[in-house]
Amino acid sequence: MPSSEEIFSTVRDQLVDALGLDDDEVERESTLFGDLGAESIDILDIVFRLEKAYDIKIPRGELFPDPEMLTGEESDKYVVDGKITDAGVARMRESLPHADIDKFAEDPSVDNVQDIVTVQMICNYLETKLA
Amino acid sequence: MRWFWIDRFVEFESGVRASAVKNVTMAEEHLHDHFPGFPVMPGSLMLEGMAQTGGILLGETSDFEHIVVLAKVPKVTYHSWAQPGDTIRYDATLQDAREEGGMVTCRATVGERLVAEAEIVFAHVDQSAGFGGAQVDQKNFVFELGLLDILDVGKVGDGTTS
Repeated sequence: MPSSEEIFSTVRDQLVDALGLDDDEVERESTLFGDLGAESIDILDIVFRLEKAYDIKIPRGELFPDPEMLTGEESDKYVVDGKITDAGVARMRESLPHADIDKFAEDPSVDNVQDIVTVQMICNYLETKLA
Repeated sequence: MRWFWIDRFVEFESGVRASAVKNVTMAEEHLHDHFPGFPVMPGSLMLEGMAQTGGILLGETSDFEHIVVLAKVPKVTYHSWAQPGDTIRYDATLQDAREEGGMVTCRATVGERLVAEAEIVFAHVDQSAGFGGAQVDQKNFVFELGLLDILDVGKVGDGTTS
């Protein structure tokens, strides 16, 4: 079972490859979409690389938030007036235990959803998955 | 013109790898401008050839039920030129194939010489890929039905009767 530092180092290497960054641009608190300039297609690339690096399978929606909640049939239960409802936040806590939902809940606007995707979130997920 | 940047498949191992060839010819209009007096196969068109080889390899794994779109080129490196009279061989290896899309690595060679290599990520446009879904753009289509004609090249044999 790799250490926390080893996991961070591997995740950083995969993000450097996928997003064309320098090592020192990737920090634990960096947001993928804001700080590191990732786009939706990069999610696919990052999932391939992490699966290959650790020889694991990452089912859709397990690591990155599934857009289904925002766009699917029940989205009016989870999104009202550009904000995620309490039911939506609860669902995020349940499906994304590796993400910092407490911080998101302080200002649960739809625009802030993508900020929960940080390097640390990926590390937390892997630490649990590999244990 | 037909946007076919590969001429024929020479090897096809379903779900694993595929190889296709492209003959570079002085009949290609752009070579007279790229560059005048110094015709070389444009890198972008070699990348398109690699994408077509890899895209068909990927599409075939699901019997072409998805529309395969060139989505991202994480890495591409050009090592040497290809000129009129050269036969470029594209060797694509499938790295990943799933509902949302796939990834291939591909090498382009002329004889033994490495010309280019790339990593190419494809998305399936009938599935969303991450937040907001993959952008669909006519220019991005790796293949529409017309391109599948390439898979039929060579099937008529060589025309000799004896």
